[in-house]
Order: sequence, then C-alpha cells, then structure tokens
Amino acid sequence: MIWFIIKRLMQTVPVIIGVTIVVFVIMQLVPGDPAVLLAGEGATKETIEALREQLGLHQPLYVQYFDYVSNLLRGDMGFSLKNNQPVLQEIMTRLPITLELAIFSTLITIVLGMLAGIISAIRPYSILDTVVMVVALLGISLPSFWFGLMLMYSFSVKLHIFPVAGWDSMLHVVLPAFTLGAGGAAIVARMTRSSMLEVIRQDYIRTARAKGVKERVIIYKHALRNALIPVITVVGLQFGALLGGTVLVESIFAINGLGRMIVDAIRMRDLPVVQGGVLVASLVFVVVNLIVDILYRLFNKRIELN
Amino acid sequence: MSKEVILEVKNLQTHFTTKRGTSKAVDGIDFTLHKGETLGIVGESGCGKSITSLSILRLIPSPPGKIAGGEVLFKGRNLVELPESEMRKLRGNEISMIFQEPMTSLNPVLPVGEQIAEAIRLHQKLNKKEAAKKAVEMLRLVGIPSPEKRAKQEPFQLSGGMRQRVMIAMALSCNPEVLIADEPTTALDVTIQAQILRLMKELQERLGMGVILITHDLGVVAETCDKVAVMYAGNIVEHATTETLFETPLHPYTQGLLASLPKIDEDQEELYTIEGNVPSAFNMPSGCRFASRCPLATNLCREYKPELIEHESGSKVRCWVYSNKWQEQEVVV
Ligand SMILES: Nc1ncnc2c1ncn2[C@@H]1O[C@H](COP(=O)(O)OP(=O)(O)O)[C@@H](O)[C@H]1O
Ligand code: SF4
Ligand SMILES: [Mg+2]
Repeated sequence: MIWFIIKRLMQTVPVIIGVTIVVFVIMQLVPGDPAVLLAGEGATKETIEALREQLGLHQPLYVQYFDYVSNLLRGDMGFSLKNNQPVLQEIMTRLPITLELAIFSTLITIVLGMLAGIISAIRPYSILDTVVMVVALLGISLPSFWFGLMLMYSFSVKLHIFPVAGWDSMLHVVLPAFTLGAGGAAIVARMTRSSMLEVIRQDYIRTARAKGVKERVIIYKHALRNALIPVITVVGLQFGALLGGTVLVESIFAINGLGRMIVDAIRMRDLPVVQGGVLVASLVFVVVNLIVDILYRLFNKRIELN
Repeated sequence: MSKEVILEVKNLQTHFTTKRGTSKAVDGIDFTLHKGETLGIVGESGCGKSITSLSILRLIPSPPGKIAGGEVLFKGRNLVELPESEMRKLRGNEISMIFQEPMTSLNPVLPVGEQIAEAIRLHQKLNKKEAAKKAVEMLRLVGIPSPEKRAKQEPFQLSGGMRQRVMIAMALSCNPEVLIADEPTTALDVTIQAQILRLMKELQERLGMGVILITHDLGVVAETCDKVAVMYAGNIVEHATTETLFETPLHPYTQGLLASLPKIDEDQEELYTIEGNVPSAFNMPSGCRFASRCPLATNLCREYKPELIEHESGSKVRCWVYSNKWQEQEVVV
C-alpha cells in the first residue's frame, strides 16, 4: 500500500509538469501582446518596449518557461493587472470558498444520492423506486444554471427561506451546494441502486439469510458495504466534474470563489490572474484524483486480490 | 441410529413464475429425515435439488419463486406456514445450510470470525467477546490451523477448502439439528473434497444431527449416506437405503446413473451416458418424465404418470415396470 502511494505520488509529478506546460502554452496563444496589455491604453512605444524587456519577452520560449516555473516554485505568480495585488494572495482568499462549496456539494451528492439509491433498491420496481429514479433522471438531465436559477427564484425570491446570493452564513451555502450537488446525487443514486441490486443477488447475502439475519441488517451490514465500493469511484469522478461546475454556480449566486475569479479575469483580460487560477484549479483536480485513487485502492484491496 | 423423525417433507411444490410461464422446479417431493441420519439427494443438474433445500429454509428468491403447496414439518411445526420472524429464529440455529460455492458464499468485506460470531450472537445469549471466542473455537473444531489468526482474516486470504470449513463452522456454531449441505464439495478439488466429507461425517457423529447431503455424485453418496432420494425433473423417482440402491437399483434412471459411474475393477472402454435431455420445466410431459430417455418406455409410460410406489425390496420407485399395470398392458410399442 505504501508503495502504491509512493508510486502514485511519483506519477503525479509529470502530470503537474504537463499542467504547467499546457497553461504556459495557452497563455502564449492568447491573442494580444502582454506588454501592450500591461502598459495600458495610450502607452508610448518606449514604455511597451521597456516592459517587454523587463518581462523577458525577448527571450526564447524555453527560457521564458523556466523563468515561469522557477517563479512558481518561489510562490510568485505575478501581479494582477487590475489592482497590482500578488496573484497568489488573491487565489488564497478565493480557493477556500470554492473548496467549501465543492465539499458541501459533494456531501449532498453522497448523502442524498446514496439514500435515494438505497430507498430505490430496497423495493425495486415499486412506485417509490420509480418516482426516485424519475427524479434522478431529471436531476441528471436538467442544466444546472437553469436549476440554480429556479432554486433561487423559488426559495429565495418567493419563499425568502434562503438568501439570494453571497457567502456569509451557512444559509448561503445551501442553494449553491444543492445546485452543484444535485446532478452528482442523481448519478450516485442510480449507481447505488444498480450496485445494491447486483449485490443483493450474491451468494453471501443468501448465506446471511440462512444464518437468520434480519433483512434490515442484511441491507446495511452485508449489502451496503459491498455495494458502495463502485460508488466511491463515481463520487471521486463527480468531485472533479463538480470543480468545473463551481465556475457556473459561483457566477449565478455571486460567490467570490476561484471559478468566478477566473471568469472575471478572463473578461478583464487579466492574464496573470487567469494563468494562476487555471493552474491552481488544475492542481486541485490532480490532488483530488490522487486521493480518490488511494481511497479506492484501500477499499478495493481485497476484491482485487480475489 | 435412533428412529426419531426430525424433518418430514410432504408433497412439497415450488414453482417459478416467469415470462415464459410457470416452471414447476419442485413438483411434489416427499421424504423424512431421522435424527443422526444422512439422506442423500442425487440427480442431474437442474432437477430441483437446490430449490428443494432452499424451500425447506424458505430462502427461495421470491419473486419469481414460490412454495405452491405441501408441508415441511420440523419437530411438528409446518415451516411453510411459519411467520417470517419465527423462521429467522430457526435459520442457522436449528436448521442450517452450507452451499456449493465457498468462493462466493462468504461476505468479502467482513473477517470470517465475525461472520461466524454473527450467527452465534443471533441465536445464543452471548456477548460480543464471548461470541468471538466461540467463533475461534468453531474454527478449531473444523480443523483450521491457528484459528485466532484466521478469524481476523477476510475471505480472500483463505483457500477454497478453508472457506468451506469456515462455512461448516458457521453452520454448526449453534448446534443445529438439521444440516443441509448443497453440493458442499463440488467446487473443490478431489483431495480437499475427501477431507471436507470426512470432516462432515465426523462432526455429524459427534454432534448427532440429521444431514441432507445434496450431490450429483453417486460416489459421494456411497461413502456418506444412509439413504438416498434420486430426483429427476422435479420429482423423486427412487427412494432407498444406500445399500439397496447400489445393489438393486430399480428405476431405469438410477440404473443409468449407476452404469455411468466409472468402475475401478473393470477396464471400461467408454463411460455409459444416458442419452437425451431432461424435459423443459415449462413443458412437462403428462406421462413419465423420463420416458423420452428411457429404453423401456411404452405408450402407458408416455400417457400416464407413474406414482411413487413401494417395492418389495423396501425401496420406493416411480416407474410403471414395478406395477401390476405393466403386465396387463398390450404390447404395442
Ligand atoms: N431464479 C429462478 N428462476 C426461474 N427458474 C428457476 C430459478 N432457479 C431455479 N429455477 C428452476 O428450477 C430448476 C431446478 O433448479 P435447481 O434446484 O437449482 O437445480 P439443481 O438440482 O441443479 O440444484 C431449474 O431447472 C430451473 O428451471
Ligand atoms: S415409467 Fe416407463 S418410461 Fe418411465 S422410467 Fe419406468 S419404464 Fe421408463
Ligand atoms: Mg444446485
């Protein structure tokens, strides 16, 4: 297991290098001259030239790349064009908000999804099962921006239960987390259901029945633990997809997270911020995948060896 | 051997309702099991052996399965009509079962000791610690070396033979009066098979329970059973003591099964096999179910179903040959 973790850690190194290269190259491809942008409107040719010199834009690309990476290693992501603040500092205030949103959404995905899946699986093809699965299907197919707006309209604007936007209290978390987590919950529900139905047919469930175990204990002790193994992978994948979704949800609910920061920076052509934001988002994605892999391995060890 | 009857199955019928129609997987089975006795149930795959044994414990997957009729009398109580909660108290306690597939019959995510202890805690007034200790004792009883260590392991760390020993330990942990073993050795290799059968026999003698041993291997029957029920297409076609069955097999199907056994003392060119196929459970012939494969079949056989009748040897047989009608019929074939 230790070796697996070490090996898996080693594998992320080239991935991270790859991410920096991709981010760097994309920034090169963005139309427009960074020096011109940085100098602002009405700058003289000389100023621009001087800036170009200062930014090392005359250097060959690979030198620029190494400069970029060595700056990164020192925690230097450059300065925002908009307010001259260090990019890293900006990201550090935004990232926790996005992570918080992502974690709450994942909780909703897990709890809601698994509960619905179990309820469905206990009485397959019953009315309850059908209703739950239809709702789940809707949850998968509804676009989240529409769903988010509908939630906001009904629960905030009409019913005044939750605040419309912002990120000040726990109440602010509910609607965005629900918007973001609902699609995943639907997928997890369907996955849990089919996995449970698969497990319930297994021989060891029959063995438990032959011992005289109660049906409820069979579901929660014998079936669920086995059924959840494949669900864990789905949850992990969902978490990745969910990070992408934060961009949209943060915009809808006016949350000052990382996603919204990137969107705003793109609109303002604030390239250093875009660059830093995309890089950090990618790194979070890589780390999450790493954790999911290790967890899955941990849960799945005995089954692989079978 | 004491003569006390502990289990009596009367006209048991288990049907499966599917899109293709109703399959009468078990179609009127009768047998009795005495204390300390081993009853073998033999027959080709698909003849209804497993469904019979699962019906006794009411473990038929339902839907599509259903016990459509008959009685299972255990110490005077009809299990078919028992409430589910009463049935649960019985399962794994007074009647327990071991299955054919040791590789898949244990929960892959629970330590084996815990799986045994679960049965113990369900049926005996022991706390967690005492049950765990008893589980280790059971593992020792079934001959698993270093049982303390094994109890903490999960099934994937055990071989097939070991797992079947665990299943036996689990089944015997509450001193059942009846043990149903559904092809307990079929999935194991030959040397392990012999070990497991010896273990079961030894434990039966020590604990005095009645055993129903299901198998498709007449060799296993010869070694371990006191009496045998031969099943064919959901019916019992012959019921005899092991000795009588091997000396004077009556039913043409039993004779075919015996003829297809490899014999050590004879140098056989090739093994005899019974030609033809078992009729579909959805579409049973109205006459004798074996008629399409029977070398002796007549119109009488094809039209009317024989009853299970008592033969002078003491065996019971379901075949027209042993009835008065056989002599009376016109020879038309
Ligand atoms: N789940 C099921 N659905 C429909 N039919 C079944 C099912 N299980 C068993 N059967 C029927 O019962 C018959 C007997 O099966 P079984 O008792 O398992 O045979 P065996 O003698 O090999 O143990 C099969 O041939 C099949 O037609
Ligand atoms: S009743 Fe007829 S067909 Fe059936 S086994 Fe006897 S002889 Fe064969
Ligand atoms: Mg079977």
